[in-house]
Amino acid sequence: MTLEFYGKKLGSRLLIGTALYPSPKILCDAVNASGSKLVTVSVRREAARERAGQGFWDLIKQLDVFVLPNTAGCKTVKEAVTTAQMARELFETNWIKLEVIANDDTLQPEIFGLVEAARILNDDGFKVFPYMTEDLGLAEKLVGSGCEVLMPWGAPIGSGQGFANPLALTTMRAYFPNIPLVIDAGIGAPSHAARAMEMGYDAVLLNTAIAKAGDPVKMGRAFARAIDAGRLAYESGLMEPRDMASPSTPVAGTPFFKIGDAS
Amino acid sequence: MKISVNGEAAETQAKNLQELCAALGHGHWQDRIATALNGDFVSVLARIGTRLNEHDSIEIVTPRQGG
Repeated sequence: MTLEFYGKKLGSRLLIGTALYPSPKILCDAVNASGSKLVTVSVRREAARERAGQGFWDLIKQLDVFVLPNTAGCKTVKEAVTTAQMARELFETNWIKLEVIANDDTLQPEIFGLVEAARILNDDGFKVFPYMTEDLGLAEKLVGSGCEVLMPWGAPIGSGQGFANPLALTTMRAYFPNIPLVIDAGIGAPSHAARAMEMGYDAVLLNTAIAKAGDPVKMGRAFARAIDAGRLAYESGLMEPRDMASPSTPVAGTPFFKIGDAS
Repeated sequence: MKISVNGEAAETQAKNLQELCAALGHGHWQDRIATALNGDFVSVLARIGTRLNEHDSIEIVTPRQGG
């Protein structure tokens, strides 16, 4: 089944950030190699006459991908809402990755402000992609506010730890079978991305794992393959784990077998 | 008049936000900037009608890399 966000079809389940790359060219090459069709971007203060923003905008336009602006760094509802409004005008999209951050060390979502900001932005015509914890009560409130995509963290942003709470993420998938779910943050290796797919998540969003790799372009390809493998596995139906061994070779007809040997 | 632009103190004679942006080198309508005044978003079309006052705080932002 094709991935769809707010009625738009995406040809890839890998969503990637555009920060921290060694150069603009490597960023573009990595995005292309990864097959990603959605990149995240931000808004930042412009130094007068510097024109850095225009250069970055031209670069992103070349990539021919969906653009998802974020509200990274915002700590209050007001900051997040105003940043989203500025991003909508700058990037000509009503999609917003909504971040309201509680703490600089953990970059944990500030969930009360997140719900309030999501409600304001949904009412204002935005299509909100909330960066959130895996709490189901929070998820219910975000869906109730109008969010049609949820993006729980796997582990803290930039940590590369994979999944801090895999049980809760598995529960969330089961609880919301029909809402697109994206693991956002914490993915450090292609194996984490494959596991997210095997868990039935619809997509993964990551930045550092590709941008800070020794070879970001090759790592982009690695993530693309891991995601294909994980998704195929999920669609194929994974076997149930067992506590005890179970022989795969037929027992019947085993040479030298005697009834009394069976335990 | 004393104002703040992107967190730094500044002096301006600009009467409205559009004039201020132009004075700071963002005068062309195609310049890819977005603005806020005292924490509230001001759209590109509203800049010319947005008067500036002493001690106003202005944000001028552009597209940038993000995660």
